[in-house]
Amino acid sequence: MTETLHGPVHRTRPTSSADPFSAELLADPHEFHEALREAGEVVHLERYDVDAMGRYDTVHAALTDWQSFESSAGVGISDFRREPPWRPPSLLLEADPPHHDAPRAVLQKILGPRALRALEPQWRADAAALVDEVLARGTEFDAVTELAEAFPLRVFPDAVGLRQEGREHLLPYGDHLFNTFGPENFLVQHGAPSLPEHAGWVNEQCARDALAPTGFGADIWAATDRGDITEAQAPLMVRSLLSAGVDTTIHALGAILAAFARTPEAWAALRSNPALARVAFDEAIRLESPVQTFFRTTTRDVEIDGVRIPEGRKILMFLGSANRDPRRWSDPGRFDLHRDPSGHVGFGMGIHQCVGQHVARLEAVALLTALAARVETIEPAGTPTRHLNNTLRAWETLPVRLTPDR
Amino acid sequence: MPNDSPRSPVSADPAAASPVDRLVVAARRVVADQVVELELQRPDAGRLPDWTPGAHLDLMLPNGLTRLYSLLGDPRDASSYRIAVQREEHGDGGSRFVHDRLEVGDMVGFGGPRNNFRLVPATSYAFVAGGIGITPILPMLRAATVLGIDWRLLYLGRSPGALAYLAELAGHGDRVQLHCSGSSGARADIDAWIAESPSDAKVYACGPAGLLDAVVRAGANRRAGWVRVERFTATASGPARATPFALEIAGTDRTLIVEPGTTVVETLRIAGFDVLTSCARGVCGTCETEVLAGEPDHRDALLDDAERARGNCFFPCVSRSRSDRLVIAL
Repeated sequence: MTETLHGPVHRTRPTSSADPFSAELLADPHEFHEALREAGEVVHLERYDVDAMGRYDTVHAALTDWQSFESSAGVGISDFRREPPWRPPSLLLEADPPHHDAPRAVLQKILGPRALRALEPQWRADAAALVDEVLARGTEFDAVTELAEAFPLRVFPDAVGLRQEGREHLLPYGDHLFNTFGPENFLVQHGAPSLPEHAGWVNEQCARDALAPTGFGADIWAATDRGDITEAQAPLMVRSLLSAGVDTTIHALGAILAAFARTPEAWAALRSNPALARVAFDEAIRLESPVQTFFRTTTRDVEIDGVRIPEGRKILMFLGSANRDPRRWSDPGRFDLHRDPSGHVGFGMGIHQCVGQHVARLEAVALLTALAARVETIEPAGTPTRHLNNTLRAWETLPVRLTPDR
Repeated sequence: MPNDSPRSPVSADPAAASPVDRLVVAARRVVADQVVELELQRPDAGRLPDWTPGAHLDLMLPNGLTRLYSLLGDPRDASSYRIAVQREEHGDGGSRFVHDRLEVGDMVGFGGPRNNFRLVPATSYAFVAGGIGITPILPMLRAATVLGIDWRLLYLGRSPGALAYLAELAGHGDRVQLHCSGSSGARADIDAWIAESPSDAKVYACGPAGLLDAVVRAGANRRAGWVRVERFTATASGPARATPFALEIAGTDRTLIVEPGTTVVETLRIAGFDVLTSCARGVCGTCETEVLAGEPDHRDALLDDAERARGNCFFPCVSRSRSDRLVIAL
């Protein structure tokens, strides 16, 4: 990506009339992604008048170049420069340096691999207990509710330090939040009426006295005592955990379980070498990209592949397309544990890269290891159905049949 | 796997293809008596790792010494780092090498940037800089201005000629107070200056040890965490190695040779050991690996000094070995 303000000839960018936020394309985006990648590095989406990127190189470069592609004008389609955000903007996701610096540094330490080591034995034990319970009830079930949702809901709210009552608000709140990064379509309209009660509960949990004395939430508040962040920032940072830490992980686990159900040889490989769980998690993230899209806004005129994009334009980055770009990945539609998925952009890249990725990876490793220890095969037990979301790629149901070890 | 490794020619980012650990001196200028500023860039002029105000580089000089220098430029400039080096006549030779030998076009190794002196939010800031200690403060002043947070600066030195960046500071009017001990022989009244700052102001100081001790004493009645100082430290570690080292993988009978110019991760991958990485720049922490024996050569942006000193883990996407042999657990 070069920045040439006075280039001699500017090419006209290709255009597309497709609606990536339609039910059809949300349910099956792959053909559209391919068309997007083939059309060029930047494609104008007529319907929303935004500029889209689908190739790995372009998306990767835009994600890392926070100087040219800012987040503080919103990482959804809404332009905070023109319309007020529906909630106070996130101090992490919707902020740029220097505002972004202190909250990021605090959360990165709290959610870092070194801090998580203390949680690992408990999470592994919790995963083993969950697998035992599920298998005791039966061997054919919906893997979304029984595993992908059940495990994060068992460990993550406790790790944050949330009270028991009201946790049912977490999923619908996160689901709606990720819908609001897209246009005000049927999904946003469907979720809007119940938003106030979910948002009300979530916001109440962010107060210091609503949180347990230990946990990620208490750790965030402790940072105010050291002066690392302000007391006004702490609740919004707890909100970030509750916003981005639940649905995303659930859909990542759904993606992994679906991939293993479709790929028996991969499950056999994991069984013989449980250390593959980490690679399996990132390969599933690459393949399915639970977070499909994020927007940025140009802070200056930029030129990409001869196309000039003026300052102030909304840019739509298709992470899911970049993660299946054949220019970067061989046989990209294949779930392949022998592949090195390093460098995928499913967690983003650069200063905004998912700060909770180590938490999600630990949850996945704990659950996969527990399953691999007790389950010989996983196979589909029916046709899975998609859960549609403007940003997230998710399963509504994922019927599976497990063969426990004899 | 063959087409998906970071060595693949279709990799997006040259930094991911070969992690940046060398910088070229792109410009050099004298900014005060005995103070030279260097502008450092990647040899391919590509994007450098991000940093925040207060961060420093671990600079590995061609004479084998590793020295820490605060970044004084603008974090929005992704193509160059700026540092300033004061000549220390009686130091162990790092600054003399920079002043006398290092020229435009020369290459230096680097690690980080790392930040042990972060700018945290405040209602107001009181900055104290002694001499070359102005370097980490400069980006803080710019950040505070962008954040709309009030600040004042006390900048001390022997003489006006010893104070770098006065022209840049002149635009800030009476927010900046200069004090030169040489002219009158009088020491600045640190106690009084700190006492004038609002009680909830965050105090940042960088400079000689005596000055920092005075600031800490003057701020002793303030909340813990509200007074933050950055001490000049010369790393105790020996020279970074320019020769291959042996990498043993515990629990296997494999010993790999890591050549200069090849990362540990690349060496492992070639030998068939998969190590998951993400940022490939020592920033995200994904590839953290346990070190059982040997002394890591840390190049990451994650570990603080105490964690580095423990030597029980490293980030093989960028970090290497100081010892002839490094034993890791995968």
